[in-house]
Amino acid sequence: MNRWLSLRSAVVLLLVLGAVACGKKQPPIARPIPPPPPTSTPVTPPPEPPPPTAEPTPAPTPVTVPEDSIASRSLDEINKNSPLKPVFFALDASEIDQVGQQALTTNADLLKRYPSWQISIEGHCDERGTAEYNLALGERRAIAARNYLVSLGISADRVKTVSYGKEFPFDAGHTEDAWSKNRRAHFVVTAK
Amino acid sequence: MTFLRSSRTALLLLALGGAGTVVRSQQPAPSTPPPPQQSEVRVEITNESGQPPKFAVPDFVAASTDADSVAAAKLVGEVLWNDLDFEREFYLIPRDTYSSIPPAKSLTDVPFDRWKELGADGLVIGSVQKTPDGNMRVVVRLFQVRSQQSVFSREYTGPASNPRFFAHTISDEIHQNQRALRGVARTRLTFSSDRDRERVTNTVENRQVKEIYISDYDGANQRRVTVNRTLNITPTWSPDGRAIAYTSYRRGFPDLFISLIFEGTLQNPTASKGQNWLPAWSPDGTQIAFTSNRDGNPELYVMNRDGSNVRRITNNPAIDTTPTWSPTGQQIAFTSDRSGGPQVYVMGADGLNIRRISTDSNCDRATWSPAPFNELAFVCRTGGGYDIKIWDFEKAEMRQITNGEGSNESPAYSPNGKHLAFTSTRSGKAQIYTVGRDGRGIRQITKVGNNYFPDWSR
Repeated sequence: MNRWLSLRSAVVLLLVLGAVACGKKQPPIARPIPPPPPTSTPVTPPPEPPPPTAEPTPAPTPVTVPEDSIASRSLDEINKNSPLKPVFFALDASEIDQVGQQALTTNADLLKRYPSWQISIEGHCDERGTAEYNLALGERRAIAARNYLVSLGISADRVKTVSYGKEFPFDAGHTEDAWSKNRRAHFVVTAK
Repeated sequence: MTFLRSSRTALLLLALGGAGTVVRSQQPAPSTPPPPQQSEVRVEITNESGQPPKFAVPDFVAASTDADSVAAAKLVGEVLWNDLDFEREFYLIPRDTYSSIPPAKSLTDVPFDRWKELGADGLVIGSVQKTPDGNMRVVVRLFQVRSQQSVFSREYTGPASNPRFFAHTISDEIHQNQRALRGVARTRLTFSSDRDRERVTNTVENRQVKEIYISDYDGANQRRVTVNRTLNITPTWSPDGRAIAYTSYRRGFPDLFISLIFEGTLQNPTASKGQNWLPAWSPDGTQIAFTSNRDGNPELYVMNRDGSNVRRITNNPAIDTTPTWSPTGQQIAFTSDRSGGPQVYVMGADGLNIRRISTDSNCDRATWSPAPFNELAFVCRTGGGYDIKIWDFEKAEMRQITNGEGSNESPAYSPNGKHLAFTSTRSGKAQIYTVGRDGRGIRQITKVGNNYFPDWSR
């Protein structure tokens, strides 16, 4: 509001100055009019400015803030702490259970939010299968995860698969806990 | 087909080629049938009580006093003892029991009474000499101790750089002469190793590369073949021993590559059509069977070795993988989980007449024995790990040759069918071992890093 006022006075001043400048070129025609007589009615003061209100804060959008931080991260940074959740499998199996379906639904939402992302799904196995067969089992796990993403509306063109069998375990241990971590479809963002 | 140049591979294999080809017997080349020995009647050394003949192999004598010849003479004797022991055709008398017997002054002045006293049926003695042109000359005799008769006599010259190869050649020729057996002393192994502890690039995970290695059959002369810092696995020798086909992730996914190790060139016959892994050479080397997902699920395919004429030979929604050829090339054994878990099947090379072989839970990596044996080795899950089992087609029965020591995987037959190489975790890390087809005579081949996927050259 103040800025408006000062702008208007600046315009008025410019007009007055302009008038003065123009006036110098022409002789005055009329005499100055005498000021009007004072009136008895007191001049009402201008209304008080409204009390200052706090700057309106934008509605909190917790979803968009991490989104922006993801979008600004490098591929390595994204993959180091990936927002795409792994899917875990039972021994010798490539079926996706309910927990896996939830993870894939979350991943699909994220991929819809970032439509330029390309991903690779790595299929991994635990050490209890043979090295050779596991290359195929890992492939089947990766494909199962891709098919589910495609069923949720993600274009198959965006999703590559690769099986590493049991060559790259996430946990080098030989316990049920380690094995359960190693039977997975692991998501890697390859382009954004 | 894609050709890539690899100067490091070329250099490596020039060195190998030297070791493999320059040692020359003064006999005709092995490809031509040897002429009858004019000066020798072929005499087979036997043991009088019907046991395997007892052989002694003392240190060879250095015919010149230079340090190289002295060291080579000792080494040739040691390696030859090991080579002869490996085939278990003879009983090799432990060398420390005859260290007191004086070396023969010459090939015609041998203290036979001492060797007879020791109980030796056969005695191998030899001499090593440096020649004026820097080569090495090795003279060897095999004596029948009882008759003091020389039954085998040879002379070899070649580069002094690899004395072990002289011993290997002598061993193979003695086995041929005495047993009409093709020994494996000059064969090689190939395998995949993470020993370099190099990290795979292009991933945030901490992953160790695996590179392809080769070694002599006894683990000597281990050399790296690939240098691409990714995953390189399932190497397999071409039947002519001049190439190794393997699965490499150098393009980010599994694909087949053939390293022509003497030329130092690389071929990519599958040319990234789909993803391809587990190559298996046909016995004549003209075709390669492999697993591919190019039609959406792991199936078996056969192609010519240059990548042409690809045909699919399995068609099943289950996994079909891990092919191996029969010695005639007429049949292929493979793994399928069409019945639930993975099991070993056999079919015609055209994909017809499929029948199941294994019945245990979870079996894989069949490997077909060479003739004269007619059997199929594979691994099956036994308790926590895997053990090697062998199906004998003739007897229609199964035997087991490892018994729960660590997990045992990826068996591969020696070219004479008498031995298998395999991976085992029995000593902690995964290492390559060899063992007789009867389960006896186990030897550890690798010791550094983890080592996997052995294959034995023909």
